[in-house]
Amino acid sequence: MARNIRFREALREAMIEEMERDDRVFLMGEEVGHYQGAYKVSEGMLDKFGDKRVIDTPIAEGGFAGIGIGAAMVGLRPIVEFMTWNFSAVAFDQILNNAAKLRQMSGGQFNCPIVFRGPNASAKQVGSQHSHAMEHFYATIPGIKVVAPAYPADAKGLMKAAIRDDNPVLVMESETLYSVKGDVPDDQDAIPFGKANVVRQGTDLTLVAYSRMTLVAMEAAAALEKEGISVEVVDLRSLRPLDEDTIVDSVEKTHRCVVVHEGFPYGGVGAEVADRIQRLAFDALDAPVLRVTTLDVGMPYNAKLEQLCIPQPDRVIAAAKRVLYRGQA
Amino acid sequence: MAQTNSHTHPIQSVESASPRDVPGAKGGTGGTQAPKAGAGIEHLVALYRQMFLIRRIEEEAARAYAQGKIGGFLHLYIGQEAVGVGAMAALQPDDYVITTYRDHGIALAKGMSPNALMAELWGKGTGCSKGLGGSMHMFDKATNMLGGYGIVGGHIPLAAGVAFASKYRNDKRVTLCFFGEGAVSIAGFHEGVSLAALWKLPIVFICENNEYSMGTPMSRTMSVEDVTSKAVGYGIPSDRFFADDVLEVEERIRQAVDRARETSMPTLVEVRTYRFRGHSMSDPAKYRTAAELEDRKKKDPVIRTRAKLLSEGYEEKRIEALEAEVEAEVMAAVKFAEESPEPDPSLLEATTYDGPFAS
Ligand SMILES: Cc1ncc(C[n+]2csc(CCOP(=O)(O)OP(=O)(O)O)c2C)c(N)n1
Repeated sequence: MARNIRFREALREAMIEEMERDDRVFLMGEEVGHYQGAYKVSEGMLDKFGDKRVIDTPIAEGGFAGIGIGAAMVGLRPIVEFMTWNFSAVAFDQILNNAAKLRQMSGGQFNCPIVFRGPNASAKQVGSQHSHAMEHFYATIPGIKVVAPAYPADAKGLMKAAIRDDNPVLVMESETLYSVKGDVPDDQDAIPFGKANVVRQGTDLTLVAYSRMTLVAMEAAAALEKEGISVEVVDLRSLRPLDEDTIVDSVEKTHRCVVVHEGFPYGGVGAEVADRIQRLAFDALDAPVLRVTTLDVGMPYNAKLEQLCIPQPDRVIAAAKRVLYRGQA
Repeated sequence: MAQTNSHTHPIQSVESASPRDVPGAKGGTGGTQAPKAGAGIEHLVALYRQMFLIRRIEEEAARAYAQGKIGGFLHLYIGQEAVGVGAMAALQPDDYVITTYRDHGIALAKGMSPNALMAELWGKGTGCSKGLGGSMHMFDKATNMLGGYGIVGGHIPLAAGVAFASKYRNDKRVTLCFFGEGAVSIAGFHEGVSLAALWKLPIVFICENNEYSMGTPMSRTMSVEDVTSKAVGYGIPSDRFFADDVLEVEERIRQAVDRARETSMPTLVEVRTYRFRGHSMSDPAKYRTAAELEDRKKKDPVIRTRAKLLSEGYEEKRIEALEAEVEAEVMAAVKFAEESPEPDPSLLEATTYDGPFAS
């Protein structure tokens, strides 16, 4: 059996079930307790677990990220919420220079089983300092894992896996997905990292996406189907480790690929995927791999310009037609 | 002034506190003088006008937000007007100001036009930041309003940098840096104030302590509920008082501004205030009681200032005339915002880099 629940509920269920299973797990962050979470992901958890395990922090990202890392080194399993990933930049040093490097610096003596999570990328008209898609800054760093689910079931499964993992894991939740519903199996267990999902089968072209952009890719695919174009959509789910096999298998079937993500075009996940395809499936390609990304500019507040910056189905459709050598450039 | 103001070392100088001083406050002058007749009362009228303008602009902004005409986050300053208006009255026009996302009142008090502010909230091309910044990012170079910032505490080192430039150029300008008590926990606060103190920069750090950071009361964010106690560790003067009276805010901030201008010594000021609305428009503020809010509303700085004008003998019909004038100005700003054009997409690249686009 499955229940149709919201993305935020799926994340909450994962945290609750893991906290019930393992008393070393605790949640910490700004407004996660008394206020019930800035985006209500942790609603009700303070009542359930008390303030020893659901901990409100002051506005001190560097400090509480570091506290989480220290606690993880000596055996606890913290879940640290950033109110948005935009603010994680304040704690970037802790994640990069401590969480990611501890195990190697100590010659494998110390693990750092911590989860950093929170909403990522654009919301609606919140301006340049609140709209960053941060995943590609983190996905470049060895020593941490980065996941970005698109559906509630994946959110629950990946969150459970993140909490059980002995490495630092970053869970990127799109702010605009929290209230989106999806079916979650009653017995949803942890989903292993590094496994992409083919969420739509097709033969003419592959769209690779993750997080909310998977939904955008699905919308584009449905529109393209009406024009007789058969689109396969690969939802990466996990950015590091990255599932090369599923991407390559799909491209070998369709021979064309467009990567869609909310990060900037310079470097990033799209560039990484394109590079792997040209190395691993060069002979299968009938067209260059294209990327649809957020425009290479700061995020504007104005609603129309914001929509222009963030990938929309029409831009995905145009890119798809380009790799199919249909329509104009 | 009866008392000299304190203190290169605040704990050495506990001076007689006015009734408005926060318990345990160190330093300050104690008490406000009644506005002087004639020019004095006109000054208070001018401050009242600004406070009333800010109040009315934000009430209209709240309405427009509810109608979906303003997007994103909208953090209102309603209840805190006496802080920004009083502080700005202590400045010279070319002094610098920098603040957080709760920036409308500060920007208006610094001299931004209501039209430019309202159009920015509407995301229009005629807005102060051409519709690209929105509510949290009010910038106005012409009035040396150096912006509102969205990352808590991130602007505090910037403020020290601005003051550094003033000292470097010896231009005798002072920088006012506003932030909430929530910002005191973050590294940027410590690093910014610490450097400003070390290098004796001409700056006044003004913590607008409205008792809550988002949904969290200060009792759960600070081990010592006295922001100015930090000043001891930096070796800089401090002051601490309630923002009940706009003239007192002006007077107390002026002392810090004068100190910055004359001796290039920074000051850490904690002004106790209260916001009547939630943290932002999406916050129903369930974490505080209705009784608490009602109690604080009794000290509404706008209403108090109006009452004070009346008690000083200022005629009610002159106040009403002034209010009508402000009302017209606010409605004109709404109309201006409504009718202004959307920004052009060509702005996106042109505002990302100066000069050729570096892709
Ligand atoms: C580094 C960072 N962390 C978290 C936030 C989210 N946030 C925005 S405002 C706020 C509360 C700030 O409270 P305070 O400093 O007291 O200012 P006030 O809103 O009361 O004026 C929080 C947690 C942020 N903007 N930046």
